[in-house]
Amino acid sequence: MTQIATLDARTVRRRSSPRGASFEGVFEGLCFAAATALLASLGGVLVALVIGGWPAFARFGIGFLFTSTWDPVRDIYGAAGPIVGTLITSVVALALSLPIAGGVAFFLVELCPPILRRPIGTAVELLAGIPSIVYGMWGLFVFAPFFAQHVQIPLMTAAPSGSLMETLVQGVPNGSGILSASIILAIMILPFMAATLRELLMTVPPQVRESAYGLGATMGEVVMKVTLPYVRRGAIGAVMLGLGRALGETMAVTFIIGNAHGFPKGVFDSGSTIASTIANEFTEATGPMHTASLIALGLVLFLITFMVLALARLLLRNQARL
Amino acid sequence: MAVSAARIATRRASNAVFVAFCYLVTAVALTALAAILWSLLSQGLGGIDLAVFTKSTPAPGSSGGLANAIVGSIMLCLLGMAIALIVGILAGTWLAEYAGQSRYGSTVRFLNDVLLSAPSILIGLFVYELLVAPFGGFSGFAGGVALALLAAPVITRTTEDVLKLQPTSLRESGVALGTPLWGVIRTVLWRSAGSGILTGALLAFARISGETAPLLFTALNNQFFSLDMRKPMANLPVVIFQFALSAYDDWRRLAWAGALIIAASVLAITIVARILSQEQKRS
Repeated sequence: MTQIATLDARTVRRRSSPRGASFEGVFEGLCFAAATALLASLGGVLVALVIGGWPAFARFGIGFLFTSTWDPVRDIYGAAGPIVGTLITSVVALALSLPIAGGVAFFLVELCPPILRRPIGTAVELLAGIPSIVYGMWGLFVFAPFFAQHVQIPLMTAAPSGSLMETLVQGVPNGSGILSASIILAIMILPFMAATLRELLMTVPPQVRESAYGLGATMGEVVMKVTLPYVRRGAIGAVMLGLGRALGETMAVTFIIGNAHGFPKGVFDSGSTIASTIANEFTEATGPMHTASLIALGLVLFLITFMVLALARLLLRNQARL
Repeated sequence: MAVSAARIATRRASNAVFVAFCYLVTAVALTALAAILWSLLSQGLGGIDLAVFTKSTPAPGSSGGLANAIVGSIMLCLLGMAIALIVGILAGTWLAEYAGQSRYGSTVRFLNDVLLSAPSILIGLFVYELLVAPFGGFSGFAGGVALALLAAPVITRTTEDVLKLQPTSLRESGVALGTPLWGVIRTVLWRSAGSGILTGALLAFARISGETAPLLFTALNNQFFSLDMRKPMANLPVVIFQFALSAYDDWRRLAWAGALIIAASVLAITIVARILSQEQKRS
């Protein structure tokens, strides 16, 4: 009896720590380290930008944000031009793209014949993945000549001299500029926003939609008064994500915005965004202060997008993860 | 009754306007996107021949191809994916299996989502400060790290999501057989979640293969064929950027060909990922 009992106890003890159990802590530690590495890299981005951009803030102070002189020859830098350019192009792009993305999403969810629903939905999702450099090239080589020929030149000739309209449409009619960049950005964020909105609208329980239709609501009323409000928070989050993309987009804009510093004077005037300025000048910076100013610009972009993205994620938190 | 009839008429009319608007904007959007694909195909196909895949990027005026850029892009993406897979799968596992509802866990989850959509050009600046400036030069290695930083959040996110979909009974039965939890994760959970993780990895791969901005300050470019990760490395996106903005017709033709190659491979990878995830749903 006793011998059997001790055997049992020994077996139990041996079995209670199976092979490899001591690695449990190591494995958890590895996983934890990987998660921390992600956190550290986001923090690292912030720290690197603050350190790299510090000389610019130290020399130009808060005025860096509010002056628009960008002069590598005299080594004087002010970020207001690119900051304003970034905000204008992103907001205009969003304003252009939002109604269209909404319309596409409503079409896919409510109107589309079932046989086309999957092909169009898939196409929209696939297009969201096309690299932005392709949009940029298309903008430069195809869109810009068309835009100059059929929009800019007619508007410029039609504008009465001395009027406000003439001031607005002045510039070189080569198809590039603030408005063209906004349109290309809008086309670029369109598939992304349409796909996200569609995904959100499909999470609305069928009973909710059906009861609205059952009460006699028209399709427009169902969408605007029932299903869209149902996913309101998520929809705002999706829009903010689209805005975040537009703010940080580099290649699509760099090709077509014209790359002039200072404030744009009209809708066809050349401008610059933060990302396009960095992309154009960083590897060819003339001196340490030029590099520091470009990194300081990056810091401004980081802070703007971080706020937008954080807000977007907070709003999307309780929705299906997108 | 008359009032109500008038009201119904207005509602019908405004609905008709709304529906027409939806049809119209969908047509506009699809036209714009089709126009982009059309010019990509019509301009790109003309530039694609055997030399594109066998010769290195030319000096202006001479003939050449994109071989060095294609090989460089593949190497940078593979390095990026190797790093991102290790970090991403481990971090996703931690979030799904160990983090629970802890405060640190939700912070990591939240900031990972922010990192996921952070402007890629800032990732490039960060890697420049981290790996280019201190080590005295642009390198393929820095480019790979920059791409890894873009891919890792995507993989982390998908890994966490698919692991959370695995039934708790899987973990319990594994542990009940006496396997330590990490063994269960390694031999049971990762396998049952494998195709989901693969889908995420493919999507991340598609995302980084078209990225240009972060490579501008890290891998830079190299006019010659090079497999040395410590030196600047040619890659398709940066070559396209430089050639498209040049004044030479040969270069522009190569840029279109390169854009077509990138877009086609991104689309192919995305389609494979979608097919995978649909099969997974079915099984």
